[in-house]
Amino acid sequence: MSRELETTAGRAVEAVLRAGAGDAEAWAEETVSRHVRVYEGDVESLSDAGGRGLGLRAFDDGRVGYAYGTDLSDGGVAELARAARGAAEAADPDDHGGLPDDPGAAPVEGLHSPALGGWSTERKVELALAAERAARARPGVTQVETVVYSDAEARVAMSNSRGFTAGYQSTQAWAYASAFAGEGADLMTGLGLGLARDPDNLDPEAIGTEAAERALALVGARAPETRRCPVVLDTFVAASFVGFIGSMLSAEAVQRGRSLFADKEGEEVANAAFALVDDGTDREGPDSAPFDGEGSSTRRTSLIEEGSLLTFLFDTRTARIAGRGTTGNATRGSYRSPPTVGTTNLVLAAGEATLDRLVEQAGDGLLVTDVAGLHSGVNPVSGTFSVGASGRLIEGGERGTPVRELTIASDLVSMLRAVQAVGSEARWVPFGGSVKAVPLLIGEMSVSGA
Amino acid sequence: MTLLEPELAQRVLKRALRRGGDFAELYVEERTGFALNLDDRRVERPQAGRELGASVRVVQGDSSYFGYVDGLDEGDLLGVADSVAAALRGEARAPETIARVQRADVHPVGRRPEEVEAAAKAEVLRACDESARGTGSDVVQARITYSEARRRVEVFGSDGRAAADDRTRVRLGAQVVARRAERVETGTDTLGGHVGWELLEERPEQVAESAARKALTMLDARDAPTGRLPVVVGNGFGGVLLHEAVGHGLEADAVQKRASVYAGKLGEQLAEPSVIAYDDGRREGEWGSDGIDDEGTPTRRTTVIDDGRLTSYLYDLLRARKDGVESTGNGRRESFRHLPIPRMTNTYFGPGEATREELIGDVRRGLYAISFGGGQVEPATGDFVFGVSEGYLIENGEVTSPVRGATLVGNGLEALRAVDGIASDLEIATGFCGKGGQSVPAGVGQPHVRIRELTVGGTGS
Repeated sequence: MSRELETTAGRAVEAVLRAGAGDAEAWAEETVSRHVRVYEGDVESLSDAGGRGLGLRAFDDGRVGYAYGTDLSDGGVAELARAARGAAEAADPDDHGGLPDDPGAAPVEGLHSPALGGWSTERKVELALAAERAARARPGVTQVETVVYSDAEARVAMSNSRGFTAGYQSTQAWAYASAFAGEGADLMTGLGLGLARDPDNLDPEAIGTEAAERALALVGARAPETRRCPVVLDTFVAASFVGFIGSMLSAEAVQRGRSLFADKEGEEVANAAFALVDDGTDREGPDSAPFDGEGSSTRRTSLIEEGSLLTFLFDTRTARIAGRGTTGNATRGSYRSPPTVGTTNLVLAAGEATLDRLVEQAGDGLLVTDVAGLHSGVNPVSGTFSVGASGRLIEGGERGTPVRELTIASDLVSMLRAVQAVGSEARWVPFGGSVKAVPLLIGEMSVSGA
Repeated sequence: MTLLEPELAQRVLKRALRRGGDFAELYVEERTGFALNLDDRRVERPQAGRELGASVRVVQGDSSYFGYVDGLDEGDLLGVADSVAAALRGEARAPETIARVQRADVHPVGRRPEEVEAAAKAEVLRACDESARGTGSDVVQARITYSEARRRVEVFGSDGRAAADDRTRVRLGAQVVARRAERVETGTDTLGGHVGWELLEERPEQVAESAARKALTMLDARDAPTGRLPVVVGNGFGGVLLHEAVGHGLEADAVQKRASVYAGKLGEQLAEPSVIAYDDGRREGEWGSDGIDDEGTPTRRTTVIDDGRLTSYLYDLLRARKDGVESTGNGRRESFRHLPIPRMTNTYFGPGEATREELIGDVRRGLYAISFGGGQVEPATGDFVFGVSEGYLIENGEVTSPVRGATLVGNGLEALRAVDGIASDLEIATGFCGKGGQSVPAGVGQPHVRIRELTVGGTGS
């Protein structure tokens, strides 16, 4: 199975060396995916697809070039190898580049679920339809616009000219639904979702119900008055912020002067209740794998503990510049892109309090259930942000008036320092990368409305 | 030179309809490209790519069945057609005979970018870096990105349709960071088109200078005001507001699912009679232009708002059939790996007669929003949020100090109704638009436009 892909990768490495490179690396990938979209009790679209491709890096005299393609024949691979070697000539030499010194693969269990193979297309369609029915069943829901079920089975193999060869298989299944409540100008939308290794572990009723409830909770929303108050971020919203913070902890962003955390290693950047880990080995993590995008073993890296910033995330190059070791954070979206420093799975440490308890503790404030335009609204270097949001006012420790057309503003470090309590309900959310998030209670933020 | 012989396309379509279907389509694509970056003073990440693949779609009623494969081997293509057809339960149908392939040829490419040496591309990046750093001593970092892409596309339909397009795009982008004491700001700008290397033959460094100027300007910014204020939106990239807050709601898939505030409003007066807006996939050399859309329909200019009235939605074949109209040539897809859906091409307000100075001169206190860091909209409600990355205060008819952290929060219908002035300085900028997990190049544009009142969220008061 993936043996064949490893052979392809090995052949490609030889082709790059033959093209004149000093060192070579190949990443080969094969994916089979299924995508089901249903609407009003029927299939809207059904997609069944297979793809494969190869990404090659050619190293020569400190320069590196990249080429990717879909033609895995001998001739196609040779052409790709020449393209990678040729591309390298355009780059400036780099004293810190090159293959990892100590490649490897961590033992990560549970990435592949054989259960996925047992699901027929008809059952997958039925799962999506069940989510749609669950959403439509809630009184007050006026439309269920989108219900999607999707899965993918991927095989990855990697090889380099220093003798490293490894591969793995993984599966992924996810589903989401978008429901509307209310009509006309008062129409509100809600999203429900689930993700797992196989559809056995997706609960269509829960997904449909979540979409409906999130929309229903906002019916009648209006712009609130401007205020400063305690703010509870629900799991979805906390994940979006945490994903953004994770991207700012990349050593590349730090070394190139693009991160607000640049001079803050070892410093207190958050309340002691806040702890954040990057874990490429978590068996449930959607982005887990035995090795990263350049063949270093993945691992668990504590980023913020008891409020202190412990380290950044490194690939081989940024680690050499900093005089340290890689943290296994060379990530790739697919064979179409060369590795770059990034997060794997971000895991936010869970606390003791339920979301209801956080709302109660906030007393009078705001519960945010959706943010819009996070990436346009945050200054990555200074960390100041102002983003659009919707949710519920918290009145006397309870969820009160629904609100929308408001912005919440602060800066990321002030926000992290103002974390007063951390929620207990942890779940995987695909916002801001792959994040296992919990709700957060922030002591104070500025909320501007009408 | 063709990617696929029409006879083979005919066999694939026949196989795709072997268990029925109203319509079958074979989409064939070759994608090649090259990209190069400069960051932290180093030219890096050169990357070349070549992908070849095809997809088969069979439409039955409102359902689409779809599959794709890498490569164009006959066995693989017939295999995809088989697996797509397996989902259907009807009688075999014969496709019409494929006619001669119609080649679209409307966007001339002066100099093929792949024929330009990589070293010349690196030189452009270095020149941009130097210009950015030379713009002011507070500039501390610059990232310059160059990319070229070519997509050769062939579309074969069971209705006999056979169309081909050859698309070349070139784009240069700059992101510049400026720092003074504790203040750090970034500025960005891009230049791109459905054109060749000629785009970059005349002072490409101005993109970097413009990005640097934005970053430097914002160093002096004060906190943005909050409240309801008149807003003058800049030309070019300011059109992202129209794209997000109006354009997405005009895409027929959203309209038909009643997921758009513009559903049922065709013919209604949505804005003052001076307001006119287009989606124009044919505008020569423009970033969002193509010869045909990704279903083989020739691109065209569609007037979506005329004299302030809503005049058209944006259609692909499927949604056009459902509404009993013609496709407007907006069936687009990211690649052969995706189903086509209604998407904008270049969307912009038509020019008016005012000048920028006149629009600003009438404002006692307001916001001048030149560029946005991006934005998001809920098409179902038209609610939008935009971060203003370059903005200024307007006081007594004059542009005064730059402001930071401003956010525009509002609703597309309300904002459209509140447009009370349009200048003549139409410009179109390059963007990437994401929808349903697919990203496509989209042109956004407008002349300077004034909105009577919008909610501005910020950090100041």
